[in-house]
Amino acid sequence: MEFESNGRLLLPRRRFVQGLAAGGLLAGWTAASGGAEAGPRLGTPPVLRGTEFDLVIAEQTIVIDGVASIATTVNGSLPGPTLRLREGDTVTIRVTNRLREPTSIHWHGLLLPYDMDGVPGISFDGIAPGATFTYRFPVRQAGSYWYHSHSGFQEVRGLYGSIVIDPARPASLAEDRDYTVLLSDWSDEDPMRIMAKLKTQSDYYNYQQPTVQDFARDVAREGWKAALDRRRMWNRMRMSPTDLADLSSATLRYLCNGMTPEANWTGLFQRGERVRLRLVNGSGNTFYDVRMPGVPLRVVQVDGQEIEPVTVDEFRFGPGETCDVVVQPTDDAATLFAQTMDRTGFARATLAVREGLTAPVPKPDPVQWLGMADMMGGMGHGMQGMRPMQSMDHAGHALPAADALAVPGSRVRHARTEYGPSTDMRVDQPRTGLDDPGIGLRDNGRRVLTLDDMRTLGGPLDARGPGREIELHLTGNMERYTWSIDGLEYGKSTPVHFAHGERLRVILHNDTMMTHPMHLHGMWSEVETPEGDFQVRRHTVPVQPAQRLSFLVTADAPGRWAWHCHLLMHMEAGMFREALVA
Amino acid sequence: MHRYLAGLGLVLTCAISVQAQPAMPAMDHDAMDMQGGVAPADARDPDAWSGGYRRGVGPYALGHGHHGMGLHAMADERLFAGVLVDRLERAGHDGTHVEGRAWIGNAYDKAMLKAESGIERGRIDDARTELLWSHAVATYWDTQIGLRHDDGAGRPARDWLAIGIQGLAPYWFELEATAYVGEGGRTALRLAGEYELLITQRLILQPRVEAQFQGRADPATGVGSGLTTGALGMRLRYEFSRQFAPYVGVERSGAFGDTADLSHNAGHPSVRTRWVAGLRLWF
Repeated sequence: MEFESNGRLLLPRRRFVQGLAAGGLLAGWTAASGGAEAGPRLGTPPVLRGTEFDLVIAEQTIVIDGVASIATTVNGSLPGPTLRLREGDTVTIRVTNRLREPTSIHWHGLLLPYDMDGVPGISFDGIAPGATFTYRFPVRQAGSYWYHSHSGFQEVRGLYGSIVIDPARPASLAEDRDYTVLLSDWSDEDPMRIMAKLKTQSDYYNYQQPTVQDFARDVAREGWKAALDRRRMWNRMRMSPTDLADLSSATLRYLCNGMTPEANWTGLFQRGERVRLRLVNGSGNTFYDVRMPGVPLRVVQVDGQEIEPVTVDEFRFGPGETCDVVVQPTDDAATLFAQTMDRTGFARATLAVREGLTAPVPKPDPVQWLGMADMMGGMGHGMQGMRPMQSMDHAGHALPAADALAVPGSRVRHARTEYGPSTDMRVDQPRTGLDDPGIGLRDNGRRVLTLDDMRTLGGPLDARGPGREIELHLTGNMERYTWSIDGLEYGKSTPVHFAHGERLRVILHNDTMMTHPMHLHGMWSEVETPEGDFQVRRHTVPVQPAQRLSFLVTADAPGRWAWHCHLLMHMEAGMFREALVA
Repeated sequence: MHRYLAGLGLVLTCAISVQAQPAMPAMDHDAMDMQGGVAPADARDPDAWSGGYRRGVGPYALGHGHHGMGLHAMADERLFAGVLVDRLERAGHDGTHVEGRAWIGNAYDKAMLKAESGIERGRIDDARTELLWSHAVATYWDTQIGLRHDDGAGRPARDWLAIGIQGLAPYWFELEATAYVGEGGRTALRLAGEYELLITQRLILQPRVEAQFQGRADPATGVGSGLTTGALGMRLRYEFSRQFAPYVGVERSGAFGDTADLSHNAGHPSVRTRWVAGLRLWF
C-alpha cells in the first residue's frame, strides 16, 4: 500500500477491464492495460494523478445483463478514470476524440476560464472527430467533483468520471480509506429514441400509474368519498400523482462504478476503519436515495464544499450532485443501497472486510404518491415540516426600499410565457421547505438529509448582499413532454445577463411536479434561507416541486456559461439557459 | 347545418367551461387557476434578464457557424415523428378496419396524417384521409386545419376543408371535434371521444364514442342529413409493450335518420353489434 505525505491512504490502481470481466459486466473491450494484479475492487476506475493527463474518448461494446450496446468511454473504462488533482496546480488535460461525431468534456463544479468549460457551441467549438483539444486551467478549489460529456447524449453512454482534488494544505483529519463511488444509469435504448417516445407518450416508462385496482382498494379502506377526493384534483388537472421519474427500470439499469447490483462493486476495509465515500451521481436521469442500512452516514462535504458534519441515515442524490460521507461499518460487510426515487430499482455496492462477503440488500420502499404540497406548495396543507411562503400580496409591498433585498422576494411573478401550451401548472403560493426531504422520504422513520442540514464551513465567499434579484420559473408540460424555464425552451430563450463582478440573488421557483437539479456552470450558487441567511454553497441546486428557493451568485467569471437542469432529458428538452457574465 | 355547428360549439364550450368552471371546495377552484388562462398585464417579461443580449452574438459568443460547428442546440429544436395504428381490427365477416395517424414536428406544431378505412373482400370500400397542421393553442389543446379526402370502391370521392380541435379534457378524456366544408356547400362534423381505464398497468379498457353529422343529404355516398352514423365501443387491450397491444372488444354502431334508410335500402342493418379483435401499434 502507498500513502501520501499526509498519511492518507493512496488508492490502489485497479485494472478496470479485469474488474468488469470478473463482475460479469462486459465483454469485447479493447485491452486497455496489461498487468494481472488480482484486485478485489471490481469496477474501481483507474486513478490518474499529476498535472498532465491524456484522455481518449472512443466507442466500445458494452454488455449489461446479456445485452450488447455501444458505450462512449474514456481511456477504455466506464466510469472513466478518476482524476486526482491538487489545489493550486495548473493542469493540462489533452482530450482526443476517436468517435465519428464531435465530443466534449465538461469539468462539473470546477471554477475555470469559460473557454475551458467544455460546452460545445457556448464556451468552445467542441472536439471534432480525430482532433485533440487541450484543456489547461488552474485548480482553484479542493473536494470531490466529476466530469462528463456535454455533447448530445454521450454523457449517458458512459462518458463520465470522478475528480478528486486534494487541498493545498492537507486536511488535519484523514480517513483510513477513500473510495470514489460513481452512481449512474444505463439504457440499451438510443437516448434520442427515448426522447421521441416520451414526446409521443410522456408516461411511456411509468408502470406505477393509478389503476382501477388501486381505486377499489382505497374505496374499501377509506370509503368512496375519500377515494374520489384523492383522485379528483389530479384527474381534473390531468396530472399524475405517480409522475416521479420520466424514465424507470423499464429502460434503465442502475450502476455503481459501472457495475450492476448483481455484479456488486465491493470496497474493502478493515474493522474499525473510517471509510470516506466520495459519491458522485453521474446519472442521466435518476435521483437516488442513498443509505447504508445499520451504518450512520456522516456527511462532510456536499458538491465539493466542506459542510459542518452532519450524521444522517439517508440522503436524496440528484444527477450532477456530489456528496462525501464518512462511514465506519461495525459488521464485516455493509450494503450501500441507492434506491431510485420512483422505487423501480436500485444501485448497490458493498463495503466488506474481504472479497465475496455481502450484507442483506433491502427491498425498495413502496411508492408514495405526490402530495398536495408537491402540486400547490403552501396551499397543500397538512404537510409536516412545510413552511409556506407568505402569500403573494405581502412582502414586496410592505418592505421599505432600503431593505428590499434583505430577504428573498416572495411576491410570485409568473412570466407571460407561462400561460401558453408550454406549461401545465403555475404555483402561486410556493413553499420554501428547505427542511423537506421530498416525496418518498417524508416520515419514513429514517433521519434524512435536507438542505436545511447543510452549512458550508466558512460561510459565504462574498460578504456583499445582493445588488439585485432575478426570478426564474422552472416549467414544463408533462403531457407534451416539454421542459423549459419561464415557459420558454432553450431555442426560444435569451441569455440571463450577470454584470461582471456583481453579487446577485437568483430565485428559482418550481412550477412543476418534479425535482430539478439546477446546475450553473462556472460560479457557485450560495443557497440562502427564507430569511436571507447563508445556508450552503452548491454547484447543483435541487429544487423540489412547488418550491421557491434562492441563492446568491458572485458573477466573477466573465464569459458564456451553461445553466440547466441536470436531468438530461429535461435539459435536452429545453430546461436550459445561457448565463452571460459581461 | 346549424345543428352540428351547435354540436361543435357544445363540445368547445364543454372543453373550455370545464377548465374554467368554479368548483365547490376553494382548493379545487384555485387548482384550476393553476393551468391555462391569460397572462395578466403585469406578467413578467421572460427576456427581462437578458440585458438586451442574445445567444450567439455579442461578448464571448462563438457566433453562428464559428468553425462550422454552430450554436449550441438542444432537442427542443429537433423534429420528432411517429406512427400510431390505433385500430387494426377484424370484425367477423365485416372485414378489416384500420385507423391511425402519422406525424412529424415538435411539441407545438406538427404535420399530421390521419387515415381511416374499411377493407372488405380485398377492396377499400370507404376511406377517410386527412392531412392536417396541428398547432398547440393551450396546455392540452391543439387546433387542426387541413384537407380531407374521402374515397372508396363504388362511391364518388369527396374533398373537404377541415378545421378542428383535439386534446385532453379534465378527467383524462381524449376528445376530437372536426368540422368540414366540402364542394357545393357540403358540410359535416365528426366528434370522437375516448378514455383509458387502467385495470392493471398493462391491461387497459378503452371505451370510445364517435358520431358523424352531415349538413345535407349526399345519397351518392349513402348519407342523409343530420346525425348520420355513430359508434360506441369498448376495447380491452393488453400492452405487451406500450407499442404493441393486441385487443378484443365489442362495438355497437349504427346509421341514423335518412342514413339509416339509405343503409337499409342497400341491404345493411341500420344498427349492429360487432365483436372485434385487433392490434394497437406505434413506432
